[in-house]
Amino acid sequence: MLYQVRLSVTYHYARPASGGRHLLRLLPAHLPGLQDVSQDMIAISPRPAERGEFTDFFGNRTVEVAIGCDHSEIVFTAACRVDRLVEGPGPDRSGPLATLAAEIAAVRDLGPAAPHHFLPASPRIRPVAAITDHAREAMAEASTVRGAVEALGLRLHREMRFDGSATSVDTPPEEAFAHRHGVCQDFAQIMIAGLRGAGVPAAYVSGFLRTVPPPGRPRLEGADAMHAWVRAWCGRAEGWVDVDPTNGCLVGSDHIVAAVGRDYGDVAPVSGILRIAGGQRTSHAVDVIPLPAG
Amino acid sequence: MERKTRLAPGLTGLADGYRPQPGVPDEMMDASGGIRPVWRGFLRHLAGLSPDDLHRRFARGDQYLRDAGVFFRQYSAEGSDERAWPLSHVPVLIDEAEWQRLGAGLIQRADLLEALMADLYGANRLVAEGVLPAALVAGNPEWLRPMVGIAPRGGHHLHFLAFEVGRGPDGDWWVLGDRAQAPSGAGFALENRVATSRVFSDFYAEAHVHRLAGFFRTFRDALQDLQADPHGRVGILTPGPLNETYYEHAWIARYLGFMLLQGEDLTVDSGQLKVRTVAGPEPVSVLWRRLDGAYADPLELEGGSQLGTPGLVSALRHGSTALVNNLGSGVLETRAFLAFMPRIARALLGEELRLPNIATWWCGQEAERAHVAANVSRMLISPALSTRQPIEDDLAALTEGRPAPRDPVAWLEREGAGLVGQESVVLSTTPAHIGGALVPRPMSLRVFLARTPSGWQVMPGGFARIGRTPEPRAVAMQHGGAAADVWIVSETPVEAASLIPAQGRQLQAREGALPSRSADNLFWLGRYVERTEGLMRLLRARHVRLAETGDANAPLLAALAPLFRGQGVDPEEGIPRGLIQTLRSAIASAGQVRDRFSPDGWSSLADLDKTMRRMAERVAPGDDAARALSALLRKITGFSGLVHENMYRVTGWRFLELGRHVERGAGMAAVLATLADPFAPDGGLDLAVEVGDSVMTHRRRFAVTTSRETVVDLLALDAMNPRSILFQLDGIEEQVRLLPGATASPMPDLLRLVLRTRTNLATERAEQLDTQALWALRGAIWEISDLITDSWLR
Repeated sequence: MLYQVRLSVTYHYARPASGGRHLLRLLPAHLPGLQDVSQDMIAISPRPAERGEFTDFFGNRTVEVAIGCDHSEIVFTAACRVDRLVEGPGPDRSGPLATLAAEIAAVRDLGPAAPHHFLPASPRIRPVAAITDHAREAMAEASTVRGAVEALGLRLHREMRFDGSATSVDTPPEEAFAHRHGVCQDFAQIMIAGLRGAGVPAAYVSGFLRTVPPPGRPRLEGADAMHAWVRAWCGRAEGWVDVDPTNGCLVGSDHIVAAVGRDYGDVAPVSGILRIAGGQRTSHAVDVIPLPAG
Repeated sequence: MERKTRLAPGLTGLADGYRPQPGVPDEMMDASGGIRPVWRGFLRHLAGLSPDDLHRRFARGDQYLRDAGVFFRQYSAEGSDERAWPLSHVPVLIDEAEWQRLGAGLIQRADLLEALMADLYGANRLVAEGVLPAALVAGNPEWLRPMVGIAPRGGHHLHFLAFEVGRGPDGDWWVLGDRAQAPSGAGFALENRVATSRVFSDFYAEAHVHRLAGFFRTFRDALQDLQADPHGRVGILTPGPLNETYYEHAWIARYLGFMLLQGEDLTVDSGQLKVRTVAGPEPVSVLWRRLDGAYADPLELEGGSQLGTPGLVSALRHGSTALVNNLGSGVLETRAFLAFMPRIARALLGEELRLPNIATWWCGQEAERAHVAANVSRMLISPALSTRQPIEDDLAALTEGRPAPRDPVAWLEREGAGLVGQESVVLSTTPAHIGGALVPRPMSLRVFLARTPSGWQVMPGGFARIGRTPEPRAVAMQHGGAAADVWIVSETPVEAASLIPAQGRQLQAREGALPSRSADNLFWLGRYVERTEGLMRLLRARHVRLAETGDANAPLLAALAPLFRGQGVDPEEGIPRGLIQTLRSAIASAGQVRDRFSPDGWSSLADLDKTMRRMAERVAPGDDAARALSALLRKITGFSGLVHENMYRVTGWRFLELGRHVERGAGMAAVLATLADPFAPDGGLDLAVEVGDSVMTHRRRFAVTTSRETVVDLLALDAMNPRSILFQLDGIEEQVRLLPGATASPMPDLLRLVLRTRTNLATERAEQLDTQALWALRGAIWEISDLITDSWLR
């Protein structure tokens, strides 16, 4: 599936900011065999005093910019073409949950895709007893790890209400869970906390959804901003499986991966440090338009 | 008893009843009750001192520490405060040959830590080969992922290390903990040395004790050699005055001549780390980091950190800066790693450990967990990823913050991977002087190693912690422990050393750059001290009149009210809280620049604060308050004199002076506008002259009673009167002209404004300088202050 992706993120400051430094993880990733990216660009206004790019620990493309001048608004715009090659996962090859701990311990690797990074608490996702209990219950019937992961995703999709105004980027998972509401970030964080609590390594994925659904299918929630979902490690044979709890589905060709990390902090599309005296406002705009193949 | 007979001859008195506990080795006394050779001379010396003499000597050491301003910060539920340094006056004596064996073991361990760090942030061989469990690294908050793959500039991650060591029951040394994050204590070790050598000055001079200065000199030179850029600078990065060991950071900066920096002093510009100075950004190529790594960069590391510098990791990626130690070194302190050190040594060095570390078992492994469970009564069980040392934890360390588990075996089963078991430590004892006699007290040592071009160097001495009670775990200072000097004694005379650079090395004799934040604090220190003094004078004048008339509503007193209100002071209080608050602001500014500030100046401010707060509790308005304020005025002018007489005329001093001039000028303009106004109540002019400390001068110059013209002339226009507004503007002009870039062409706005304001005032006549003009003058001085801030202090 070939897409044109456009994203713009704008920050308005009540009083001018004097300079600033930002890390941007806006562009979809090159993932051999999964998605190809071409014609990519990032534009920033005002023009940065310096700009660089590097690949972070988890393999995400990261653009680093420093703004030198006073400014009361900054706009980050990214655009690219993405050829999404994956259609969805194949048959389930994962083993039972009971032997997953031993499988994890046998992985002698600290590379970015090693499960070890995604099992312990991370800065924004700490263990919560209520979420763990809920996850264990949702996963109890499943005979395989992947089956358990899918069951939890569906359960959260069923029980939680999508509400674009109830939570903010800093709402902790336990709070969103208590009210069973939130946006994709809350769904993902709650699912990750539950999976980790139950012993399944789980990562946070940021990305995009196609804005307009294929004919005859409903519009997916979260298509008007950057989206987030969950990647779970289901054992050596099955590897990583992407699940979208917000939409209660496995991740397929409607999803485009941008960045992967332990939680939102690792993948935030824009993270910045600047000196400002007043408040700030953010606005996002995302377009993911399918293009005719070829 | 047999022991007593062996103490003789000549060692009576002090050590008579000295009895180490059975089964516990002692530094001074061997197992058969004999005095170890290295202690004999010292004990003989001690025995020759009368109790009075000893008391005087101890007092001399304590006096030194007080005068030098050595303190440590103690934390409690109510917050933290500065405590006097708890020196145990009797040093720990160690034989040179034994020290060399210990040092060789520690050098091996330092090489091992370097290799371990390189592996954890590089190839990860240890994990791939199954030597180290991946979970202990991946779940470790001190393993900083952004640092993975970044090679340290100069090739080494580690440059300065400390090891906590103790002597076990068999008499051999054990490593209790590795300190690689930002080891503290080396500066305190040197202060302990100065104090202790004053206590035993005559003996110390002859005793063949290895000197410490050479170690610092070599390390200072090594840091300068690390600079890639000949114009670069070496800085010490501190978390700031609220840190437990800030005193030491300021002290080392002063001692070694490096800049003391906080995160906000630094900025990253195209991959180059720079310090914001009053002369513009200047490159910093070596940073001795006393701030925990995770807090060093809020952009790429701990997001909430207020202490760090955004972009520091980027500067490291660009290879422009060497950090001492590199970011991420905190992971080496992980308690669970101690369990794997012997295997890591074999894997990375192909060697056995020369020095064992405290026996440790990681409970994430079944056999180890079973061992810990079976021996739970003599184990310290604690979080596997903790980087605290067992020594810092009291007995409650068993649970570190969690309720003590009723069933430790089930606890281990449930949370094993997060726990380690460590064998309880028995520490050797060493003599402490308590209650007029020497008594054995548990001891541990912190030993420091520095990387030099010729390899690791061990500081010949160290920092000893001494328990105040016989309980071996009570050596932590936070729990009442004390500190002692460590003497490494040679059989032959030792080389005297000082900080003078080695032959052939030229120390750059340039003035250190002044970070803008330091300049800002000095400027505000000047302003707040002057404001405090001005308020004191006004308050005293008010209380004197109140005592005379007893009428708080008299028109003159009412006229003063706006002058107090503007500074947040309620003049009805004897010693107003607003006055104390102003002084506290001065102290807060001074606390930020302790490296640039004499200990005498600091103690004089602290003393003033203490006196003022004591007085505030009991002083009543009127006569009583007037007398108290006179006493306080003497103290604060003492401080100003100290600064004026003793502070070296570098850029920092200029900002302090500017702050004083600005505050005094603006304050006097307000006083005159209020009291020399044609409609001001009777007595206002005399009060103004009194507040301006110019009663005698007025009498001498005019020999008449005060009139508006004489008072305005004396307090605004007289360039010879150090209280006049013109005098302040002259001072401002003089200092501003000497600041970087102030006289550039075209003339900067600030100098233009200073010249215009000064010239206008100098050519003014007293009768023309009316109330409105005085308020405008104050506005101009405030504008000067803002421009000073804009030009240098941001």
